[in-house]
Amino acid sequence: MAERVGVYVCHCGSNIAGMVDVEEVARWAGANLKDVVVARDYKFMCSSLGQAMIEEDIKKEKLTRVVVGACSPHLHEKTFRRACQNAGMNPYLCQMTNLREHVSWVSVDRKLATEKAKALVSASVERVKRQAPLEPMYVKVNPATLVIGGGIAGLQATLELADAGYHVYLVEREPSIGGHMAQFDKTFPTLDCSACILTPKMSEVGQHENVTLLTYAEVEEVSGSVGNFKVKIRKKARSVIYQKCTGCGICSEKCPRKVVDDVFEAGMGTRKAIYTPFPQAVPRVPVIDRASCIWFERQKCGACKKLCPTDAIDFDQQDEVIEVEVGNIIAATGWKMFDCKRIPQYGYGRLANVYTSLEFERLCNAAGPTGGKIVLRDGKTEPKEVAIIHCVGSRDVKYNEHCSAICCMAALKFGHLVLEKTQAKVYSFYIDMRTNQKGYEEFYQRLLEEGMVFVRGKVAEVTDAARKPSEQGKLIVQFEDTLLGKQQRIPVDMVILMGALEPQADAKEFGLKLGISCSMAGWYTERHPKLDPVATMTDGVFVAGACQGAKDIPASVAQGAAAAARVQGMITKGKVMIEPIVASIDEESCSGCRICNTMCPYNAIEFDPEKEVSRVITALCKGCGTCVASCPAGVITGAHFNNDQIFAEIEGILWDAAASPHGNGSAAAKPQPTAASL
Amino acid sequence: MSKPKGKLALYWAASCGGCEIAVLQLDAKILDVAEAFDIVFWPVAVDAKVRDVERMADGEIDVCLFNGAIRTSEQEYMAQLLRRKSKVLVAFGSCSHEGGIPAIANLNNKNEIFQTSYRDTPSTENPNGVYPQPETQVPEGTLHLPVFYDTVRTLDQTVPVDYYLPGCPPEADRIWDAITAILENKLPAAGTVLGDDTTVCDTCPRKRSEKKIKEFKRTWQVIPDAETCLLEQGLLCCGIATRAGCGALCPQVNSPCIGCYGPNNGVQDYGARLMAALASVIDANSPDEIQRIIEQGIPDPIGSFYRFSLAHSLLRRKKLAKAGE
Amino acid sequence: MSEPFEPKIVGFLCNWCSYRAADLAGSARIKHAPNVRIIRVMCSGRVDPTFVLKALALGADGVMVAGCHPGECHYLEQNYKAMRRFHMLKHALQAMGVDDQRVRLVWASAAEGQQLADAIDQLVEDVRRLGPLNWPANWQEDAQRLKALEKIAHEHAEAMEVLS
Repeated sequence: MAERVGVYVCHCGSNIAGMVDVEEVARWAGANLKDVVVARDYKFMCSSLGQAMIEEDIKKEKLTRVVVGACSPHLHEKTFRRACQNAGMNPYLCQMTNLREHVSWVSVDRKLATEKAKALVSASVERVKRQAPLEPMYVKVNPATLVIGGGIAGLQATLELADAGYHVYLVEREPSIGGHMAQFDKTFPTLDCSACILTPKMSEVGQHENVTLLTYAEVEEVSGSVGNFKVKIRKKARSVIYQKCTGCGICSEKCPRKVVDDVFEAGMGTRKAIYTPFPQAVPRVPVIDRASCIWFERQKCGACKKLCPTDAIDFDQQDEVIEVEVGNIIAATGWKMFDCKRIPQYGYGRLANVYTSLEFERLCNAAGPTGGKIVLRDGKTEPKEVAIIHCVGSRDVKYNEHCSAICCMAALKFGHLVLEKTQAKVYSFYIDMRTNQKGYEEFYQRLLEEGMVFVRGKVAEVTDAARKPSEQGKLIVQFEDTLLGKQQRIPVDMVILMGALEPQADAKEFGLKLGISCSMAGWYTERHPKLDPVATMTDGVFVAGACQGAKDIPASVAQGAAAAARVQGMITKGKVMIEPIVASIDEESCSGCRICNTMCPYNAIEFDPEKEVSRVITALCKGCGTCVASCPAGVITGAHFNNDQIFAEIEGILWDAAASPHGNGSAAAKPQPTAASL
Repeated sequence: MSKPKGKLALYWAASCGGCEIAVLQLDAKILDVAEAFDIVFWPVAVDAKVRDVERMADGEIDVCLFNGAIRTSEQEYMAQLLRRKSKVLVAFGSCSHEGGIPAIANLNNKNEIFQTSYRDTPSTENPNGVYPQPETQVPEGTLHLPVFYDTVRTLDQTVPVDYYLPGCPPEADRIWDAITAILENKLPAAGTVLGDDTTVCDTCPRKRSEKKIKEFKRTWQVIPDAETCLLEQGLLCCGIATRAGCGALCPQVNSPCIGCYGPNNGVQDYGARLMAALASVIDANSPDEIQRIIEQGIPDPIGSFYRFSLAHSLLRRKKLAKAGE
Repeated sequence: MSEPFEPKIVGFLCNWCSYRAADLAGSARIKHAPNVRIIRVMCSGRVDPTFVLKALALGADGVMVAGCHPGECHYLEQNYKAMRRFHMLKHALQAMGVDDQRVRLVWASAAEGQQLADAIDQLVEDVRRLGPLNWPANWQEDAQRLKALEKIAHEHAEAMEVLS
C-alpha cells in the first residue's frame, strides 16, 4: 500500500517565509511529489495550533508519514515527534528538514533559496516513506557509581552520592586521595588552610559506609553502557596488606631509603621507599615504591617487614584486577602542571631559584619541606625580591591557547604569603588580571594595598647574566612594561612561574576507555558548553573538575556536586531510554569476514566463533553507522539511517538533476527504440 | 517424460566463450537438458539462424541463457530480439550480469580502443589508418558492420532481465541448480540473482581474525600461507564482498578472490563495498600514511575493485572527454 | 545556456559537529551559497562511498562529506574511518576521470559555522568553475547507435512480421 505523506512547511514568522516562498514549496510538494496527500504551510508549525494541525491531519487524512520543513531538527524534532505520537503515529515516521538554519537564514536569493527548500522537502518525502517505526529501549540503572579521581571534584561527587545513600567506588591512582588541593597551603581568596577544609572530607570518604575506596588503583577497562557498566580496576600491589595495616607509620620511620618525592612534594622534599604521601593521607596504609626499595633491589633490608607490629608487609603481593558493576561513571581525573622547562628562556631547571607554582605551594606549606619558611634553594636565605610570572604556558599559541583560570588568584595568594612571611618585595608580571569570581577582585585590591607591585607585560627572559653591579648574583627579569611602553630589567632573588594547567598526559587515551572525546587541547568535551556542562556525549558518563577545563576549587566542587546530582537523577528514575538508532547484522547472510570487528570503538560487535558470524550487542551500540558502511556484504543495517532511506534521500534531493528517477532531465526521458517497439 | 519439451536458446554477446564451455561442464547432465528442452538457438553449437528466431512467436522460447555484455548494435539488437521471444531471460555469467572483463574497456572510448587495436599494437600493420566503419561502399553494394559503442552495457541495462546467473563462468553446479529450478518451475521472484545471499568468506576454509592492514601486497610479492585469511596477509582478496556460490575455489588454491560472482543482494555498487571495507581496516590515521598505503598497494583501483563490474557500477564508465555525443 | 550554471552539490554532514556547524552558520546568519543540499547522517563514518557515487551518478556536480575534526569525533574515532574511505574513494574517482575538486572532505566542529560556510562557498566556486558534471550523459549514447538499431530493426522487419 502506498504511504500517505503529509508535508508541513513552516513560515517561522518571517524567518523562513522572508527568504523562501513557503506557499510555493507546499503547493509544489502537494502537486509533484508522489504519495503526498496533504501539503500545507503555516505561520508557526511548532505552536500548539501547528502541532494540532498535524495531529488532526494524521487522524482525518489517515497520514502514515509526516514531513515538517521548519528549523533544525536539533531544536524541534522532539516536538514534532511527540505531536505525531499524540495522534497515534510512531514518532520515527516523522522527518524534519531544516529550511531555516540551512536555507532561509543563509541565503540571499529568494529563487535559489526556494529551489533548495524544494530539494530538501523532496529528499525528506522520499526518505520518510522508507522509514520504519522504531521503539525506544529501556534499561535498568544500577544504583552504584564509579568516581574516577580522588581530587576535590571527585571527593565532592563521592560524598554527595554516598550521603544520599548510594554506593560509590572511588578510584584514585596515587596512594592517597586528596589530589592537588592536598598540596596547597592556603586557598584563595579567603586564605583558609587547605588541609583544614580538605582533610575532613577525605576522612569522611575514607570512613563512609557507602564508599569503596580504591587508591593506588587504575581503571583498566570499561565495558557496557549507561545503566550497566562493567569496570575492570587494577589495584596495584601496595606490598602492604590493607586489612592488617593500622597506619602506625613505624615502617616509614624506620625505612632507610630516602628518595626525592616528585609527586606530592613536587620534587621539593623527600619521602621513604615505603610511604604515605603526607601525614593526613587517606587511607593511611602506606605503599612500597618497588623501584626504590632495597628489598626489591637486592633482597636485603626488609626493615619494614621485621618491624611491622601487625605483620602487614607482603613483598610478594601482586597486582589485583577486580571487576565492579556500576550504572554511571563520573570522571574527575584532574589536571597536570605545564612543564616549565618547555620555555627555556625562563630558566626553570637551569637557574636554581626559579620555581614552579606547585613547588612554591610546597615551599610555603607549613607541612612542607621547609616547614613553611620561604627560602631560596640553599635552604636558608630569605629572598629580598620575588617575581611572579603569570601565564607561563597559558594564553600562548605556542603552548596552550587557554587561560588556566586559577593563576592570577594563585599569584595574588603567593604575593600575600611572601609579604606576610618575609620582608621581600613582590612583583607580579601579568598580561591581564583575571579576578572575576566572588571575592576575587576584593582580594586583588587587598594585595594592591599590601604593596605587591603589578607590572603589565609579558616577561621575555629570566637570566643570571648581569649587566651591572646591582644585578650581580641576582636573577634578572627582562620584560616590557606595556603600560609604560618600556623595556626594563628587574633583579630579583626568586622567580615563581605560574605554570599552565594542562590536561592529564593520558587524558585522550583514557577518554577512549570511557567513550568520551577531548577538545583539541585535550580537555574532556561536555555535552553542551553552556546548558549541559557535566554530561558527556556518552550517556552515563559525566565529567567534573579540571579534567573538563582549567578551573579553581569552588568551580570543581560545584561540578562534582552537579555531576552527582545528574547521577542521582538517573538512579532515582531507575531506567534509562536508549535511542533505537542502532545497527544490526543479518546473521543468515553474514559470512563472518570480520571486517566490522574492528570498526566499533564501543566493542559493540562481537564475533561468534561457533556460528562464524558477527553480531551487534544492541545495548552497547551508539548508532554511528560506521560498521554499516564498512560491511562488504551489505548485511549490516543501521536503523533509521539504512541504505534504502539514504539512497531515497539522495534521489529526492537531486530530483531536478539530470538522471533523477523523479526528474525532468531530458536525457533520461529519451525513449529508446527496441525491436519490440518497431 | 510426458511433458512437452521446452524450448531453450543460448546466445553469446561480448564474451570470451568460456560461458559456452561452462554449459558443457554439466557433463552427462547435458543429456538431461537435451531431454527436457529443444535447443532452438545456440550459434556456437546448433545450426539455427537469427531469421529463425525472428520468425518465432513472441515468448515462444521458454528459457534463454544469454551470456556476454552489450558493446555493439548487433548485440543490442539480439538482446532485444531474444527478450521479446523468450519467456524467461537469464543473464548468464559475469559479462551479461555486470559487464565482466569486456567492460573494463569502459575506462576508454571507442576511438582509443580502435587506435590501440588497429594502429598501436606492435603486430598491426595499418599504414592507411583504416578503421572499422559501420558502412563500407564496395562495387557490389554496401557492407555493414555493427556499430561499436563507447560504453559496454550489461544485459539488464539493455533489456529487462528475469534472472542472473553470476560467475566467470558460472559453476556447473549452479547452472544445474538453475536448470532444475526452471524444470521444476521453482524459480524465485523475477529479478533474483541465482546464488547465495552471503559472500565467499562464508565458504572459505581459511582462518579469519580481526583485520588491520598496514600494507596491501600484490600477488607476486608474497607466497601466502595456506591457513590464514589472504586479506590478513595483505592480499587484496575480494571474497569479503563477492557473492558466494563458487565454493571459494580461488582462495582454496592460494589465490585471492577476484570477484567474478559480483555483489551480494541489495548492494548497489560492488566496488564501493570493497573500497569501504578495505579502507576501513587500514591501520593508519594520518592522511599521508593512508594515501601512501592506498597508492602503493592499489595502483589500479578500477581493475581491483571493478574487475567484473564496471558496467554495472553506479558510474558505469570513466568520464568521456565529450559526454553525451 | 540562458541561465548561469548553478551547481547541484550533495553534502553529507555528521549529526554532531558539521550539521551543527551548518546550524550555527544559520543562527549567525552567515550567508553562503545555496548549492549544497544537506543530508544528515549520525557520523561521517556512516558515509558509504556508494552515497557519493550514487549522487554523482544521479547528476550531482559535486559532493561534500563533513565530520568532526580528527580526534574530536563524537564517536571517538569513526571520522578516521571516514577519512580512510574518502582517500580510497578519491583514488578510484581519479581513475574514473572525476576532477579532484568536485568531491571534498571537510572537518568542522559545532563551533565552526564560519569555516563550514567558507568551505561550502569554496566548493561551490570550484565546481562552478569546472562546469556541469552531468555524469549520466557519459552513457547516454550517441545518435549513431540509435540509428544503427533502427536500421537493423528495419532490415529485419519483414521476418519479424511473419508471426507477430
